[in-house]
Amino acid sequence: MPESPVLTVSDLHVRLGSTHVVNGAGFSLAAGRTLALLGESGSGKSVTARTIMGLIRPPHGRVTAGTVLLHGQDLLAMPEERRRALRSTTISMVFQDALSALNPVLSVGYQIAELFRAHRGMSRAEARRAAVDVLGQVRIPAAARRAGDYPHQFSGGMRQRVGIALAIALRPDVIIADEPTTALDVTVQAQILRLLGDIQREHGTALLLITHDMGVVADMADRVAVMYAGRVVEQATAAEVFARPRHPYSEALLGAIPRPHLRGRELAVISGAPPDLSVPDEGCRFRTRCRYRIEDCERNPPEHDLGGGRSTACHEWEKVGSA
Amino acid sequence: MGPYVLRRVLMAIPVLLGTTFVIYLAVYALPGDPIQALAGPNQVISPSVAQALRERFHLDQPLVVQYGLYLRGLLGGDLGTSFTGRPVTEIIAASWPVTAQLGGTAWIIMAVAGVALGVVAAVRRGAADAAVLFGTTLALGVPFFVVAYVTQIVFGVQLGWLPVSGVEAGWPLAYILPGLVLALSGLPQVARLTRTSVLDGLAADHVETAVAKGLTGTAVLFRHVVRNSLIPVVSLLGVSLGYLLGGTVLVEGIFNLPGLGYQIYTAIPQHDGPVVVGIGTMLVLVFLSVNLLVDLLYGVLDPRIRLG
Ligand SMILES: Nc1ncnc2c1ncn2[C@@H]1O[C@H](COP(=O)(O)OP(=O)(O)O)[C@@H](O)[C@H]1O
Ligand code: SF4
Ligand SMILES: [Mg+2]
Repeated sequence: MPESPVLTVSDLHVRLGSTHVVNGAGFSLAAGRTLALLGESGSGKSVTARTIMGLIRPPHGRVTAGTVLLHGQDLLAMPEERRRALRSTTISMVFQDALSALNPVLSVGYQIAELFRAHRGMSRAEARRAAVDVLGQVRIPAAARRAGDYPHQFSGGMRQRVGIALAIALRPDVIIADEPTTALDVTVQAQILRLLGDIQREHGTALLLITHDMGVVADMADRVAVMYAGRVVEQATAAEVFARPRHPYSEALLGAIPRPHLRGRELAVISGAPPDLSVPDEGCRFRTRCRYRIEDCERNPPEHDLGGGRSTACHEWEKVGSA
Repeated sequence: MGPYVLRRVLMAIPVLLGTTFVIYLAVYALPGDPIQALAGPNQVISPSVAQALRERFHLDQPLVVQYGLYLRGLLGGDLGTSFTGRPVTEIIAASWPVTAQLGGTAWIIMAVAGVALGVVAAVRRGAADAAVLFGTTLALGVPFFVVAYVTQIVFGVQLGWLPVSGVEAGWPLAYILPGLVLALSGLPQVARLTRTSVLDGLAADHVETAVAKGLTGTAVLFRHVVRNSLIPVVSLLGVSLGYLLGGTVLVEGIFNLPGLGYQIYTAIPQHDGPVVVGIGTMLVLVFLSVNLLVDLLYGVLDPRIRLG
């Protein structure tokens, strides 16, 4: 990869209770670029995102292995106080459902101002002005007046703008957006994604975008990481993976859909059920649903580096897409 | 907000009428003869004196008439006259400061200690949680007067730290033990509700947002967990004040504090209806006002209620 990565996740393992929910996830995100994280629901995308943010903590969950390098520094090995200082200032997150992600009893202006007070040491009044400014940046009309309103007084789309305002307020280098539009009306979804894309370009922010919409992937993503059963099974540029997937799961998920037809299209529903992660398994997790399956698949496939930042975790990768 | 307050005030009127009538009925139904009780157990009263007293206090009239006469007086600000000849308003004027200090002390102990214990139990879990659960179960299980006598004996008599009777020592000394005993009657519920509410609060999605914002642990806990979790606790604290006021009757009796409760405590065996009903009405009025205030505070704390 020519660009230097700002965020690199390697060999991440996360347990929730006794279940190994993330099993060796790894990907890398270049400065100012967009990486789409794809996968069926339950594949561990949100848990991976929350682990990066430091939201998976005992007693609910535990990171058992791996590194999360932000600007080359391992977040997982860092003292909590240093890590706290990086949240929002260097890395931030837009949550799926802004209604539950915002505190219902504090005004949105207060919730944004809190960031400026905590990280920039601003006074109440300064922080409040800064918050109104950020609400303007996410194009909320009458920002100064609306800053005093509470989350329940906003429409879904406006509320997610507030969610984005929280994430961009301190101009972080990386934003993680976990299905930021799934809770919204279809008509509003495009506006929110455009806003996110505009701000990203303006600020030069790197974006880790978790989404189900392949049109969004085609429009916004530079690169794609496909996740299955807690593991990233393929990494490639968006163009490469649409042209020729190198993993049977990506192939099934993305199919071979001509580019103009991607818009608004959800990931394909593929037959068979995802594996039960609470049961240990030495083999490839995808083999119960895989049409390329061979005997070797009883062993978990290693990650094959295909060069140019492209990789796949499949014994039969050379055969995929060739037929 | 204005019409809401007005509606609540209007709603209080039938409640007030109902409660005074029930108290009136209860005093009326007490066994024994009030005139005999007034004179003392071994006194012989001449029938003509008894008759005069009965007429003076309208005891010869049917209950409904008595109650009607009482209400008529009430409208004119007259709470009636005690059988001892002292106007009830005068008794209230002399006694309320004691009850206000006792109730206030108990309420503050209950609120501060109850909330603190609840928060600690929820946040620390493990041993702290178990200790709070054990303590609150104990406090709920042991009868009130047992707690009162034990504290009197241990802290008052044996250790001699604090007065166990009367108000000569003034606030706060004279009010610490009775305040503590009274507070214990509502503290377990406050601690448990706080604990449950904080546990729910900790699991709320917006707490993850607060952590992801890079706020300190203390800011997350107090601004985004405890503040939200206290909303239901505030309403319990309002209702509890009513129970505390009821409890003052016993506590003031046991600790010899000359407050409103003490007046009721001594008036009941005397069948002194005007005192019991007058002070009872007074306490109900305070209870209703406090609950109105708490409801308004609820709206201040929770914008979803205030703004609809
Ligand atoms: N709080 C939790 N406790 C236990 N299991 C969880 C929890 N959150 C998610 N999981 C499980 O972890 C797996 C991955 O979930 P998640 O990361 O939310 O998937 P995705 O975001 O890809 O849909 C799922 O099997 C889910 O059931
Ligand atoms: S390793 Fe085997 S089972 Fe797994 S995806 Fe490749 S071919 Fe299919
Ligand atoms: Mg998810």
